[in-house]
Amino acid sequence: MNARPKRGVSIAPKKKPDERWMLKLYVAGQTPKAVAAFDNLKRLCEERLQGRYTIEVIDLLKNPRLAKDDQILAIPTVIRKVPPPLRRIIGDLSNADRVLIGLDLRPES
Amino acid sequence: MKSNLVERKTRKTAKPRHLQKVPTGIQGLDELTGGGLPKGRSTLLCGGAGSGKTLLSMEFLVRGAKEFEEPGVFVAFEEQIEELTENFASLGHDLDSLAAQGKLSVDFIDVARSELGETGGYNLDGLFIRLDYAIESVGAKRVVLDSIEQLFSGLSNTAIVRAELRRLFLWLKTKGVTAIITAEQGDGALTRDGLEEYVADCVILLDHRETAQTFTRRIRVVKYRGSNHGTNEFPFLIDESGISILPITSMGLKYEVVTERVSSGIPRLDAMMGGKGYYRGASVLVSGSAGTGKTSLAAHFAQCSTAAGERCLWLVYEESPDQIIRNMRSIGVDLTPAVKSGMLRLRSVPPTSFGLEMHLLTTHKLVKELNPRSVIMDSISNFTSIGSEVEIKNMLMRLIDLFKMRQITSMFTSMITGESFVETNSTKLSSVMDTWLLLREIESGAERNRVLHLLKSRGMAHSNQIREFLLTDHGVELRDVYLGSSGLLLTGSSLLVEQAHEQALAVAQNQEAGTKKRELEYKQKAIEAQIAALRAEFEIERLKALKLDAQDEERDTVRTDDRVQMAKQRQADAVKGRHMTERRSGDRR
Repeated sequence: MNARPKRGVSIAPKKKPDERWMLKLYVAGQTPKAVAAFDNLKRLCEERLQGRYTIEVIDLLKNPRLAKDDQILAIPTVIRKVPPPLRRIIGDLSNADRVLIGLDLRPES
Repeated sequence: MKSNLVERKTRKTAKPRHLQKVPTGIQGLDELTGGGLPKGRSTLLCGGAGSGKTLLSMEFLVRGAKEFEEPGVFVAFEEQIEELTENFASLGHDLDSLAAQGKLSVDFIDVARSELGETGGYNLDGLFIRLDYAIESVGAKRVVLDSIEQLFSGLSNTAIVRAELRRLFLWLKTKGVTAIITAEQGDGALTRDGLEEYVADCVILLDHRETAQTFTRRIRVVKYRGSNHGTNEFPFLIDESGISILPITSMGLKYEVVTERVSSGIPRLDAMMGGKGYYRGASVLVSGSAGTGKTSLAAHFAQCSTAAGERCLWLVYEESPDQIIRNMRSIGVDLTPAVKSGMLRLRSVPPTSFGLEMHLLTTHKLVKELNPRSVIMDSISNFTSIGSEVEIKNMLMRLIDLFKMRQITSMFTSMITGESFVETNSTKLSSVMDTWLLLREIESGAERNRVLHLLKSRGMAHSNQIREFLLTDHGVELRDVYLGSSGLLLTGSSLLVEQAHEQALAVAQNQEAGTKKRELEYKQKAIEAQIAALRAEFEIERLKALKLDAQDEERDTVRTDDRVQMAKQRQADAVKGRHMTERRSGDRR
């Protein structure tokens, strides 16, 4: 029982509080899913990473070439390149818990 | 509901007036499918792991780009592009240079589940966009998705994946590209994830399975909507030149026949075939039990044709080339010069090293490479360990077809086992052979001697007589047919015995005749002598008779004189006196 919180604590401090997050949201046009995904992501970031995140929205219909570089298959896809390691989640991000796990964006305490 | 969708889709696709096809350029596949894959549609290519799906589909693109001016897009879901490029480089296809020329686009789409977290609804627009971008960038007419069902293992929401795949295939159709979708074969189903429900126009199944400890790749067109296609399984090969399928339907049986003859290398054998030998392009079967001289017969043929300046390919299945050369030297046939000059190619091929199809293909390739005028396969019996009789016959039929197309005279040696001199095996093979030489050993007088029959030789007058077949230190010799006084064929020492016997008989008869003649001569001479003696006697008698006559005359004269004198003495005239004498004698009577 002792070990668990300890481990949780030991992982969390790795992320420095002032660390900047760079997220990319890949969409294909202004679809309802894309809009939902952006809204969901923005909300979560505001909650957890206020002031130290950027969300770059990439519309593949305008820049199809970019789909190859980041291995985009499903739409919408969110990619976290910084901080490493690379994280990737797909979907409209409606399931907040899964987004947090997927982006490794768990509460800090 | 699923089936409804399928129905709707197929109804939609069934309407085109005439089905157009896209040639794949892959050897044999276009013949199998009657011209290629359905144009502007998707073909499902399924098969187990390592069955050649990726290779076949990539070759479809490469050949399209190289031979048909149709650029292609390859989307890999499994293999890294580097590996793929390397694999194809070993097959002689430079994917990078094709890509640089804008004829090919190779894209790897990674669907590793570990990197994907799914949160809520999504679609596969990313895939569509990438595919569309790739198609547009090279102006692709051909697309390969290999293997798209990786999506099922990468994405957990199969409902979404299915819906998206259905959308993808319809979308591909609107793009007007001819596509190959590869899929892993499932248990008891064509594909593991039921992709055949979406792609229903053409389904091709690849198989790689073991028979008699040899793995053989096979291909089968399971379905081809609106087109005829070969329904059988056909073996195919993957080698350094890619995929080769050899459907039996590629056999034309249409080739120019020639009346030109080639010598068998044995004058007496040529003589049996009207004095000229085999027809050029004929298939010759030499069958016989062990040690009857099949290889020797082949060696003569090889030596003769190479000496005539014609290249000969000799495929050896049970010996090493050196061993053949050594053994043939012992019968006075030296193959070394022909081998050194390159006119004779002795290739040792272990029969069990690969399947029949591979043999067929390697032979095909060798023939194309070396362009020989004659081919010897020694011996085809070895194939029985890797294929059934029917398979072997099919293979040989296809080989002979190739040989005839190229007017190559071919010789096949076949081992006969057992006592029956016409083995079933040979009988089956013989129907594809033009000339059939049977070597056999006949046992008589406590020894075995070889004889040769010319069982058949299509299109020429040939001797139906059995010849004695001798292996001497100066090659094969055919000896006269010898029928002894008993009417039976005689060979070997029994032939010698018979000959000696007949000779002795003849001498005896000669002597007897001489004696009789002499006897007759003696008799003749004796008779002649007798005649001479008789003649001499006769002469004597004649002389005697003459003498007597003379004496008589003299006596008469003397008597007359006497009488005259007596008459003179008695003084009577001669006539009177004589009358008197007569009267006197009459009186006496």
